[in-house]
Amino acid sequence: MLSQKTKDTLLGPLNINNPVVVQVLGICSALAVTVQLKPALVMGIAVTIIVAMANVIVSLIRNTIPMRIRIIIQLVVVAALVTLVSEILKAFAYDVAMQLSVYLGLIITNCILMGRLEAFAMTNNAWDSLLDGLGNGLGYAIILVIVAFFRELLGSGALLGYQIIPDSWYAAGYENCGMMMMPAMALILVGCIIWAHRSLNKEEK
Amino acid sequence: MKLNTNSNVYTIVYATIVVIIVAVLLALVSQVLSPRQAANVKLDQQKQMLVALNQELGADPAALYESLVRDTIDKENAKPGIFRFEVDGATKYVLRLHGAGLWGGIGGYIALDEDKNTIFGINFNHESETPGLGALIVEEPFRSQFIGKHIRNAENEIVSVVVLKKGNQAENGEDQVDAVSGATITSTGVSDMLKANLCDEYKEFLDEGMKELTNEGKEEDHVESED
Repeated sequence: MLSQKTKDTLLGPLNINNPVVVQVLGICSALAVTVQLKPALVMGIAVTIIVAMANVIVSLIRNTIPMRIRIIIQLVVVAALVTLVSEILKAFAYDVAMQLSVYLGLIITNCILMGRLEAFAMTNNAWDSLLDGLGNGLGYAIILVIVAFFRELLGSGALLGYQIIPDSWYAAGYENCGMMMMPAMALILVGCIIWAHRSLNKEEK
Repeated sequence: MKLNTNSNVYTIVYATIVVIIVAVLLALVSQVLSPRQAANVKLDQQKQMLVALNQELGADPAALYESLVRDTIDKENAKPGIFRFEVDGATKYVLRLHGAGLWGGIGGYIALDEDKNTIFGINFNHESETPGLGALIVEEPFRSQFIGKHIRNAENEIVSVVVLKKGNQAENGEDQVDAVSGATITSTGVSDMLKANLCDEYKEFLDEGMKELTNEGKEEDHVESED
């Protein structure tokens, strides 16, 4: 159903060309929102939507953008979108908006957005840009979720806020790993994922 | 004729148009949505007060709020925010709290019994505390510690409740609760917020009722001595 190129554009970023573990973009926010699974999920979804929309808009106006101020125009598009989404959420989904409060602003500074706009949307048509945006957003979300899964499980003994490690374990002397709460552990986990990812994909390189 | 997209004039005109379009769009959206947002903020505050009053929110929190609230001194969402409620026939006072956490502002609502001493319930909110650490102040296990604590000492002076690391003892014998482990600065922020708000900001209100009570007491004493 999908052509090979379309497939590569959409699914490539999920694995072979993942924005976090291969392109190493968007690491800062990966540290900030991965203490628990829920904010990581929400952040992943928000980035996916915004990077896809920004990609489409920039792709549509790419031929009119003056080269010298293209980064500024891209930034204006992203910032406007983020503000728009945050205003709409505050009006129609207040609880979600409160949960996202800081992270929404963080999206503007996410390198993945600028990276994709500059590297892809400026030179490709709107449809491909949409797929590229979705693919990269999801690729980012997957890594966030994997990191958050381990950090919440080992750090708080819970997943999505529900306790997973039974009380009997704690009674037997099991303790949550406080290290997992530290931002540094996110980097180490991302490092481990990059390691595993590179070893698995050796042949394809 | 093809436009020269690299000329100075084009660049300036383009930038101007983009900025105007974005500005108008955002201003418009903000105008259209602001009543809804304001309503959401208000509803959220009412919900927070209901949580502080240990109420089940149910399907219609706004109606529940209206059925319980009796009197408010609320200056545009700033301090002071004093609300009088009637829960199960008893008067409860709810005070709005403001303070600073680790990354940003923290706030909340404290519900006091009619004696303006015993904590009936409490609720916290925060702008940007760390999820899983400082953000745990909004969770039930931390909040429920406050229930039944007293904000006055034996001499009836307002001393607030202190948040201390587990195992520590309050210096001046105030009532204390355990801090969130791993979130020292946020916990201290909660402690400081309570102290600043109760001992200072709301002192007048909290002592007002007390004076009345002591006056009544004196009158009774007076009557007794006349006898």
